[in-house]
Amino acid sequence: MTTAVETKKLTLVQAVTDGLRTMMKEHENVIVLGEDVGRNGGVFRATDGLMDEFGEKRIIDTPLAESGIIGTSIGLAMNGFRPVAEMQFLGFIYPAFNQIMTHASRIRARTLGAFTVPMVIRAPFGAGVRAPEIHSDSVEALFTHMPGIKVVVPSNAYDAKGLLIASIEDPDPVLFLEPMRCYRSSKMEVPEGKYTVEIGKGSVLKEGEHVTVLTYGAMVDPVLKAAEQAEKHGIHVEAIDLRTLYPLDKDLIAQSVQKTGRVVIVHEAPSTGGLGDTLVSLINDTSFLYMKAPVERVTGFDTPVPMFALEDHYLPDKARVTSAIHKVINF
Amino acid sequence: MESIKGGVNVESQFPKKQILNEDGKLADDSYKIRLTEELVKSLYTKMLRARLFDRKGVNLQRQGRIGTYVPFEGQEAAQIGSAMAMGEGDWMFPTYRDHGATLTFGHSVKNVLLYWKGRQEGCIPPAGKNIFPPAVPIASQLLHAAGTAWAEKMKGTDRASIVYFGDGATSEGDFHEGLNFASVFNLPVVFFNQNNGFAISVPIEKQMKAKTIAQKALGYDIEGIRLDGNDVFSVYFHTKAAIDKARAGGGPTLIEAVTWRYGAHTTADDPSKYRDQNESLIRRETTDPLIRLEKYMKLENMWDTQWSADLEKELTAEIEAAVKEMENERPPHVNDMFDHVFAENPWTINDQKEAYALMRGE
Repeated sequence: MTTAVETKKLTLVQAVTDGLRTMMKEHENVIVLGEDVGRNGGVFRATDGLMDEFGEKRIIDTPLAESGIIGTSIGLAMNGFRPVAEMQFLGFIYPAFNQIMTHASRIRARTLGAFTVPMVIRAPFGAGVRAPEIHSDSVEALFTHMPGIKVVVPSNAYDAKGLLIASIEDPDPVLFLEPMRCYRSSKMEVPEGKYTVEIGKGSVLKEGEHVTVLTYGAMVDPVLKAAEQAEKHGIHVEAIDLRTLYPLDKDLIAQSVQKTGRVVIVHEAPSTGGLGDTLVSLINDTSFLYMKAPVERVTGFDTPVPMFALEDHYLPDKARVTSAIHKVINF
Repeated sequence: MESIKGGVNVESQFPKKQILNEDGKLADDSYKIRLTEELVKSLYTKMLRARLFDRKGVNLQRQGRIGTYVPFEGQEAAQIGSAMAMGEGDWMFPTYRDHGATLTFGHSVKNVLLYWKGRQEGCIPPAGKNIFPPAVPIASQLLHAAGTAWAEKMKGTDRASIVYFGDGATSEGDFHEGLNFASVFNLPVVFFNQNNGFAISVPIEKQMKAKTIAQKALGYDIEGIRLDGNDVFSVYFHTKAAIDKARAGGGPTLIEAVTWRYGAHTTADDPSKYRDQNESLIRRETTDPLIRLEKYMKLENMWDTQWSADLEKELTAEIEAAVKEMENERPPHVNDMFDHVFAENPWTINDQKEAYALMRGE
């Protein structure tokens, strides 16, 4: 990481814009493609102002076709460009699944490196913003299961910019997931200019020795609130923001789990086959003999994300996380 | 009223363009001056090479020396005529039935054989040749061709892409998305359809109600050309014109080359289950692309029996040498599976690779 001197206060979505701008200034081959990313600046304004600054040849309003956006981006990436393709919502990525699964993620492997696909797929995701149907899906596990693509999820503005720059510089495809609930929930100081947050590294948000809570994205907020609540009962929570879901930060997770011996995993995606299952496996592989209690998972349910009148029931919140913390402590 | 009830009849706008007819005579004399002996012999040579390769592929599969093979015999004019129209540095996106095209465009015979032997090396083109490995998911490659063409356009070069696909592919969503992107952004792409009448077992009447594939170009406001895909002159000159137009900024073209595969979909398939193979026999006698060109060459005094015999010998030797090379290739290393998923292996893959090596006593 390089330290920049000047900083400015940005929301997460502004940090995404800043990251794009930084890389587009530095590299002519970085281009942005998506629906409404040009004149409109993106439905969340993530590309606001970029068309005026870089022109419509580099900030490209595409036809409304997700497979088309990803498929043409693959061709562009194989032929010298660094496309940053926006899926308007992660719940709209399914028409492009074939392109990502059968091409973007395996072209390097198929050709033993003769062709590569250095592209970033950005997608807002997750529930909790009263969005219409299908707009709230959290299907990161479909992609952590997919060989050949990295999956990153920032939860704050600093990480968003640093991870986005690292993703654009990465020689392989990266799915960059942006938690909608965090887009404007807070501002933080973000360095001007270029810096990176390393892909594959989590961060310890709060140190503690009694229980490790592993989470990412929009769930960081209820986790920190539950951790604060637990402090009042004398329970010291170590809260870890995974930041990269593939490849996971194995060493950081193992270190913390071996210290506390108790783990709660929190994500809003459905439980079965979710990242929690992978994390339990990782803990099993690295830290079985250190465990003092079974791992607890607080997740969305094995149901489609409900329409928003019920989404507060679906989403893990402070109360569910708190309850799980007490359960592993009192085991 | 009839046109509203029954759809608009536009196939008359897309006649099957022919330059060389079934009797080996020019249907369009205006091309005569461009048909030099050198060009004609080169087209014949590449078609014969592809045919000999294809027959060898089927034999190798029958002998268990390669895996399932996808034959293309009967489609040589479509593949060779179009590939010969491409230039150095252009991009080619084949399906798994287009080794006639890739070999003509400069792929190595050995690597194409390795592909059918289940080897990753078969996906690697020779240095400097922009030949993508065969697309297996149907129609997905149309978008890649649009993407690489887009990149060339943005770089300001005059390079173009050609992408191959069959009649069944026109039913896929990516067919539409590929043509639409290329149309909207005016990209230098030639969408080269080989309409051989069948998608495995399903006849074209069950893919679409439209009478031609070329007419679908109307929906994208791009040029659509329907041609006799067994007439190598028609394929070559029309594809060349489409490529030249693309290089000059004229945008994409959809070409429908009407052809026929004599054999099975793959060596794992029995075509007699879904069509009368007598039709293939009749077509071999009446519309075969090589026989047609041979007739022309004889009429034009370009044919020489000795030349033909020598050529077949020479091409057979080339293919046999490549078969030897394919069979002498070092065995695949298991690390080739692990070491090319990412530029650098993440710990997940490294752990799995090490554990597997340990188990095998390495």
